[in-house]
Amino acid sequence: MNLHQITEQLNLKLLTEPRDLTTIQPKGGYASDLLSCVMAGAKGKYLWVTLQAHLNIVAVAALLDVAAIIITENAQPDPAAIAKANEEGVILLSTAMPTYAVCGKLWELGIHV
Amino acid sequence: MSHPPRPPTDQELYGRSGRPVTDKDAQEINRVEELSYDLKIREVMSKNPVTASPETSLAEVLELMRIRQVSGVPVLENEQLVGILSIEDVVRAMNRNDLTESVRQYMTRDVVSVASYESIVKAMQKFAESGVGRLPVVDEHNQLVGIITKGDITRGILIALQKDYKAEELRRYRASHLFEDIISDRTTLVLRYAIKQQDFTRGGNASSHIKRALLRLGADPQTARRCGIAAYEAEMNLIIHTTSGGILKLEVEPYRITISATDDGPGIADVEQVLQPGYSTATEKVREMGFGAGMGLINIQRCVDKMELESSLEKGTKLIMRIHVPEETLTGRAKGQPNEPSSDHRTTQSETTD
Repeated sequence: MNLHQITEQLNLKLLTEPRDLTTIQPKGGYASDLLSCVMAGAKGKYLWVTLQAHLNIVAVAALLDVAAIIITENAQPDPAAIAKANEEGVILLSTAMPTYAVCGKLWELGIHV
Repeated sequence: MSHPPRPPTDQELYGRSGRPVTDKDAQEINRVEELSYDLKIREVMSKNPVTASPETSLAEVLELMRIRQVSGVPVLENEQLVGILSIEDVVRAMNRNDLTESVRQYMTRDVVSVASYESIVKAMQKFAESGVGRLPVVDEHNQLVGIITKGDITRGILIALQKDYKAEELRRYRASHLFEDIISDRTTLVLRYAIKQQDFTRGGNASSHIKRALLRLGADPQTARRCGIAAYEAEMNLIIHTTSGGILKLEVEPYRITISATDDGPGIADVEQVLQPGYSTATEKVREMGFGAGMGLINIQRCVDKMELESSLEKGTKLIMRIHVPEETLTGRAKGQPNEPSSDHRTTQSETTD
């Protein structure tokens, strides 16, 4: 399942610059709002589901090379965070759903790790 | 007529995403599209094209095409472009046994041409509109300066992409040969980053630079990732907990990477206590940003081979992290015997899980 299909299925909104999401194949997922836990638990090409919309999530995502950050409950990153994400090539996706629901849907789509 | 029958691909039917192209797709500009605006026709065209005059016989032009291996020639009269003759025109003449006729009788007079100073995207549009296989290129004085085919465009874009790629390769090559080219008894590359307290907006910048530097020096992605994580946790500790910031330092030696974070206050009262998972002194404000899980130092221990933490309330804190690397990684030199990181330096939690 590629990232484009996932954004369609979950009706996620792309906050960063448009790019070809069909070429990105997430290898798994990780959900946490604590950055150190993400540092320890999220691997490369994972989807990271979080309620955090602060600028610092971009640095963490860039270091870990995650497939995308899914920001839940319509938490809105400020323009500086979006600009930084574009600069670092980090994909930010947004949804009104809470983290629990997003994880459930991702699991149903076959993202099991 | 030249296409063998085959079903069109989804991409051809619906565009890049397997569905109708939307406005969003149209906004998306990739590097190739960018290049089609950046590259000028004169950069990719074939210069000094083979030409014919209107009075040349078709037999002569056919011979010219055969020798020069071209399938079309612009026709010049008094240095002005007056037509173009393609191999199809010659075939038409051959069918009528007309090869002794002049070019003038068979050439196409309404020539579609492009200007040398325009972007290649202009030529791509004209190819699509006219269906022709080659376009004569004229300069600002309407003088013929070259000829362009779709093949020239493809080649031009590939060469430009290759240049992009080589530029990064070269940066990486230069960096990764540092330790090989510079001879000393002990070479160390030191990078220092000044970290300001409470500077959350730049949090993680130094760690990103450290990770990138290590990759360019030839470290494997796994090592660069471990160092990046350790550096990030140390960097955020300087931002969150210090009274006047500190220094994050990366020292690269052919067989070892050392990252240290040094500050002069406030210091840690009980070093044993901060090494407990979950222990944190972070404020509520900092916790709201996702920090203060009390896992930072535990993460560092997991990522590095050796971690030392010295702190006192008088002097401040010094955190030293070491990662062993096989010597051939950073020097390109293969060693006679396999390099074993001295196992006595490893902490029990030193292995990363990924």
